[in-house]
Amino acid sequence: MARDAGAADALISIPALLARNARQYATRTAYREKEFGIWQSWTWLEASEEIRALAMGFLALGMERGDHVAIIGRNRPALYWSMVAAQSVGAIPVPLYQDAVAEEMAYVLEHCGARYVVAGDQEQVDKVLEVQDRLPNLEHMMYLDPRGLRKYDHTRLHALKDVAAEGRVAHERFEKILAERIAAIGYDDTCVMLYTSGTTGRPKGVVLSNRNIIESSRASCEFDKLTCEEEVLAYLPMAWVGDFIFSVGQAYWAGFCVNCPESPETMMNDLKEIGPTYFFAPPRVFETMLTNVMIRMEDAARLKKRLFDYFMDHARKVGPAILDGRPVGGWDRLKYWLGEFLIYGPLKNNLGLSRIRVAYTAGEAIGPEIFQFFRGLGINLKQLYGQTEASVFITVQPDSEVRADTVGVPAPGVEIRIDEKGEVYYRSPGVFVEYYKNPESTAKTKDAEGWVATGDAGFIEPETGHLRIIDRAKDVGRMADGSLFAPKYVENKLKFYPNILEAVVFGAGRDYCTAFINIDLTAVGNWAERNNIAYASYQELAQHPKVYEMIREHVEEVNRSLAQDEMLSGCQIHRFLVLHKELDADDGELTRTRKVRRGVIAEKYADLVEALYSGAESVYTETEVTYEDGRKGVIKATVKIMDAPVVEPRPKMAAE
Amino acid sequence: MLDSSEVTVTADGRRIGGVLMDIRNITLRFGGVVAIRDTSFDIREGEIRAIIGPNGAGKSSMLNVISGFYHPQEGEIWFRGEKRPPMKPYQVARQGIARTFQNIALFEGMSVLDNIMTGRLTHMKTGLAAQAIWWGRAEAEEVANREVVERVIDFLEIQHIRKTPVGRLPYGLKKRVELARALAAEPKLLLLDEPMAGMNVEEKEDMSRFILDVNDEFGTTIALIEHDMGVVMDLSDRVVVMDYGKKIGDGTPDEVRNNQDVIDAYLGVAHD
Repeated sequence: MARDAGAADALISIPALLARNARQYATRTAYREKEFGIWQSWTWLEASEEIRALAMGFLALGMERGDHVAIIGRNRPALYWSMVAAQSVGAIPVPLYQDAVAEEMAYVLEHCGARYVVAGDQEQVDKVLEVQDRLPNLEHMMYLDPRGLRKYDHTRLHALKDVAAEGRVAHERFEKILAERIAAIGYDDTCVMLYTSGTTGRPKGVVLSNRNIIESSRASCEFDKLTCEEEVLAYLPMAWVGDFIFSVGQAYWAGFCVNCPESPETMMNDLKEIGPTYFFAPPRVFETMLTNVMIRMEDAARLKKRLFDYFMDHARKVGPAILDGRPVGGWDRLKYWLGEFLIYGPLKNNLGLSRIRVAYTAGEAIGPEIFQFFRGLGINLKQLYGQTEASVFITVQPDSEVRADTVGVPAPGVEIRIDEKGEVYYRSPGVFVEYYKNPESTAKTKDAEGWVATGDAGFIEPETGHLRIIDRAKDVGRMADGSLFAPKYVENKLKFYPNILEAVVFGAGRDYCTAFINIDLTAVGNWAERNNIAYASYQELAQHPKVYEMIREHVEEVNRSLAQDEMLSGCQIHRFLVLHKELDADDGELTRTRKVRRGVIAEKYADLVEALYSGAESVYTETEVTYEDGRKGVIKATVKIMDAPVVEPRPKMAAE
Repeated sequence: MLDSSEVTVTADGRRIGGVLMDIRNITLRFGGVVAIRDTSFDIREGEIRAIIGPNGAGKSSMLNVISGFYHPQEGEIWFRGEKRPPMKPYQVARQGIARTFQNIALFEGMSVLDNIMTGRLTHMKTGLAAQAIWWGRAEAEEVANREVVERVIDFLEIQHIRKTPVGRLPYGLKKRVELARALAAEPKLLLLDEPMAGMNVEEKEDMSRFILDVNDEFGTTIALIEHDMGVVMDLSDRVVVMDYGKKIGDGTPDEVRNNQDVIDAYLGVAHD
């Protein structure tokens, strides 16, 4: 209340933005969630009431300024409210990955010294209870979904709705304190702390200030002209910086509506019902969409299939040009219009992408054909390059300059520098404050002038000013003969094939390159079905000779394309094997954001790597696996190894 | 015998009340074959009661007797303190007894939602005509029933297949849909005929979780037949063991496990 007078120019915290939205957009929908088959909604005014009630309930539980509040669960409005309620009382929300096993959770909870935990359901409560002995700071736990928790000891455990109810009852006592707490939040106070998934070593707590989040949100909202009309679907992990920026930062800045799916499995269906206008997805999601469309088209009637193929060819040819506003002939336009009516429109509607104004993908390289497919349909899919440490945005692609192989120009307010070794550095208002309780890493990453090392090697294209990323700087190495080794670059080329889910390339300091391949069970399984190949398990399918044959063809094609590139022709794959198990974050082989952990894999499968370089035809191996409930088991397998044809490097073609 | 004052509290905090169903001296014959021979046991309110035994022991027959599908030649069934006259299955269902089947019995062509809605049939009071033209009380009734069904869907975590035809679902999910349909009837007594048959370890764990949750959240009394001993011993409060149509053991899992007759029946000894 006290702040209302100066609020217009004091939008310096998320609670301040909330107060503005509750006034300015009072009757607009702020949150939606599908429950019991129906979309429930809350306006900004209602959401602000809920958040205030929660905040006062938190005060009743004794939450102090600077306390860390861990939030663990899938995307649900009440969990977003808990974050903002915690901020309102001056505490710091720390969202955690909900699929983390208890051990990983213990580390983060211990490291941030969380006094409070807000958990989504029984599963998360159980995990925290399992490790609570190691968490001396933990005082109270709250939960959202009461199912299965009725019999638990409730001395330190509370239902979130009871906490809010208590806050409502005690509002006379706490209203003034709450107003003071909100008023005391400074622009440089911590807004949120996010743990990086850590491709190497332990996760680090990235401290982001209100300034970081609000400046980044403001700049990016202006860049893409986001307004209070947007609809987004919040389905990516809450612990990921992207979700915080999209579903909290930008949503509060622009005042748009955040929709939460009913359950992770219904995401695709909910997407269709909501029809977001602003959408973010890692390449994997777009890849899955495309794979599913293709699989279903294989089963479609002949006429439909032919129509689809014909118009999709046309879309690939002229769609991107039409989207970018480049000149396209009248006949092509007419055909595209007909295609929109017959194929593109219905397809987009089916995917839930009809209303997309801006869609982003980031995190990994996206296959050019996937990218072209969606752009061809008239969906404004763009790439951005970002990091937790930058409050997401480093570079983004402006609307009419979208390409598959670059990540765009520096985002508004961001400066970029490439050092002599090719590593990309940036400086921006979004640059993080520090790594929590880790001054060494902070100093290593961020220099005195505020330049932050991305750890990625790349270069800026002189003609366009776009940034191109080659690989992780520390992964770029040399082979025995001194030629350049860029594993990720090769892996991405491999992963662009729908049949290949994951690839790990080895070769640093070796004579030649080799690869582990993970098949995509959906795509290969479907292919097997159509070709009458029987299999009983992932392992059996992975080791099938015909699957090997198919993968060999893919590898050969990749080698051929690598041979065109002078710099990277040495990275051709000489030998490969198809892994007998899917690489999994639970086994520590991938990060929670599904990035390959090269070191862990090389160590864990040392016997397989050895076999790749020993010339053996096959190798017997035992692998420890961790089941979802934390138990361990062993997979035994004999893995075949295959040679792949290598192409002689040719001088680059004169014409491009 | 039927004193409902007797209330015990289990180690995990559930309340188990008085006798809900009392089965007295049931004998069921098919011509010359005696499927069940003079068997008595009771099911108490709020408990999970398992019926186990080797193949052909008469377990499914017993469940069919309870659900009114078979009519025993001798013996009586007392339900909620009253002796039950011979009943048709639909009358039994109206009394608040729902069941699932050993071989899934769902409408394959109908969606999951519609299948579960059929579980509400016993709660619908408006007539066929009113429902067909969606008029008067029929609409309000459908909305109320749908709400119950949606809660069940949420409870069993099958939101993602709400609109999927049952025929397209894998076996484990079909079993869950069948459980959902039984739950939608809001039964006082839930009969489960081999709920885990043909499932893998993970599906069994899920199903066990759901059975425990149903019992815990809604206080539903559950009688189940199951072959997986591990599951039975973990889930149930009391176990009836049958062999050759006779009850040979009755008690807590531990008592049953140490009962010599039961051990003999399972490990096999020469019958004289």
